[in-house]
Amino acid sequence: MTDVYILIELLQLSIYGIVLGSILTLGAIGVSMIFGILRFAHFAHGDLITVGAYVGMGFLMMTHAPVWTALPAGMIGAAIVAVLIDQTVYKRIRRTQPVILLISSFGIGLILRSLVQVIWGPNVYSFPGGIQRPWMVWELAIIPNHLWILLAAVVIVTALHLFLTRTRIGKAMRAMSDNMDLALVTGIPAERVIMITWLLGGALAAGAGVLLGMDSRLTPTMGWNILLPVFAAAIVGGIGRPYGAIAGGMLIGLAMEISTLFLEPSYKPAVAFLIMVAVLIVRPQGIFKGAW
Amino acid sequence: MSLLQANDIYGGYGGADILNGASVRVEDNEIVVIIGANGAGKSTLMKAVFGLLHVRSGQVLYRGEDITNRKPEQMVGRGIAYVPQEHNVFPSLTVEENLEMGAFAIKGDLRPRLEKVFSVFPRLRERRRQDAGLMSGGERQMVAMGRALMIDPKLLMLDEPTAGLSPRLIDDTFERIREIRSLGIGVLMVEQNAKQALGVADRGYVLATGANRFEDTGKNLLDNREVAEMFLGG
Repeated sequence: MTDVYILIELLQLSIYGIVLGSILTLGAIGVSMIFGILRFAHFAHGDLITVGAYVGMGFLMMTHAPVWTALPAGMIGAAIVAVLIDQTVYKRIRRTQPVILLISSFGIGLILRSLVQVIWGPNVYSFPGGIQRPWMVWELAIIPNHLWILLAAVVIVTALHLFLTRTRIGKAMRAMSDNMDLALVTGIPAERVIMITWLLGGALAAGAGVLLGMDSRLTPTMGWNILLPVFAAAIVGGIGRPYGAIAGGMLIGLAMEISTLFLEPSYKPAVAFLIMVAVLIVRPQGIFKGAW
Repeated sequence: MSLLQANDIYGGYGGADILNGASVRVEDNEIVVIIGANGAGKSTLMKAVFGLLHVRSGQVLYRGEDITNRKPEQMVGRGIAYVPQEHNVFPSLTVEENLEMGAFAIKGDLRPRLEKVFSVFPRLRERRRQDAGLMSGGERQMVAMGRALMIDPKLLMLDEPTAGLSPRLIDDTFERIREIRSLGIGVLMVEQNAKQALGVADRGYVLATGANRFEDTGKNLLDNREVAEMFLGG
């Protein structure tokens, strides 16, 4: 009897884990791509996630369009914000040490977080739709939104995969991440590739933000709060390898949710942190072989 | 008018100059080789010509146009391709993707260009879907040279194309370089395998401490006793 109960609980938590994993993945892919091409840890990524969620919600408030439109609206908004930040700030310090970029991105994160508070206030928002009745499948409760989140993440990641493998600029992104010097002597236009990287990184971050907002609520610190698990996912997958980030995101998401079987839920970020530290000690290049 | 003419090049990596007035000239359809001891500035001269290293004084002319200190991107745009000695492929890209990157700036259908590269390096056609990072040293060199050929260059610059290859592959590489010349491409290369390189070269330069020491046809340099004693192992 208790065995069945634990199994059900485990499966239920795994569903939550996959949902959280999908969200983390979208953030982690961006972090990993940016690291691969620009060689710095982008600490403002969490707040880019927040910006994406709020832009999506702001779009709904203005237009009263169907809820799903928050996703493309947020993605476009955050993509533009990401490119603007790069062009006005990061571009000027591109040739300095990575640590300067890292600290700057920390500052950008603070600015974004504060801007969100200035524009939308410190209140908590929710996407319209209210509390959903879960479907019962066997003993498992499946929330409709969770299916949508998973589906959206799969569509976004598939689209990204096609972009990276089928388009010339996508291949150039992989090439630049492989070997920046060779990319330059080959005649690949670095600045153009960097701009596309920010567009994609921003859009993916907004994807994470909107989906996270659908799963819970919007707060000005929502993205900052998941920055740690997002980085953990990127590092577990091997930072600089966007494909690894998918597996890393799932692993961290599952571990965080399943840990609540034994631990207080408030320890979830600690679980992500522990896995990240363990990976950094044992396999700092990530748990996978090869590049990308 | 020469395809490439670098006159009295001075420059280095920020500190003291490594190049002290080196000059090199390449005509159309010519294989020119630069030899010299380690640290003579051979690779540095290549980088200076290609704009990877600041030329402090001197002039690089391409078909009479001054291209001194231009960016690599502009060099590629003019039909100059450069193959570095190491890390010269994108390991996580397939062979075909590597070649495609070579022609990044070129609009339109790349297939005729791919076919041309495959005709010089048939092995690459068989391996087109393989990740370049999983290939042998010799195959990687083919990918690197193939990548450079994708822009249909007028001038191909090779930095030690035979470094680390087996004797059989070295022969094969020089054979390919000859074939590349027959496509109407001028080749400027730096080589450690001086004897063989001078064998295929139309002309050669011997560099010492960043300046020209000897300059002659490949054959004459091979016959030159002084050069032989210094660089060809007697």
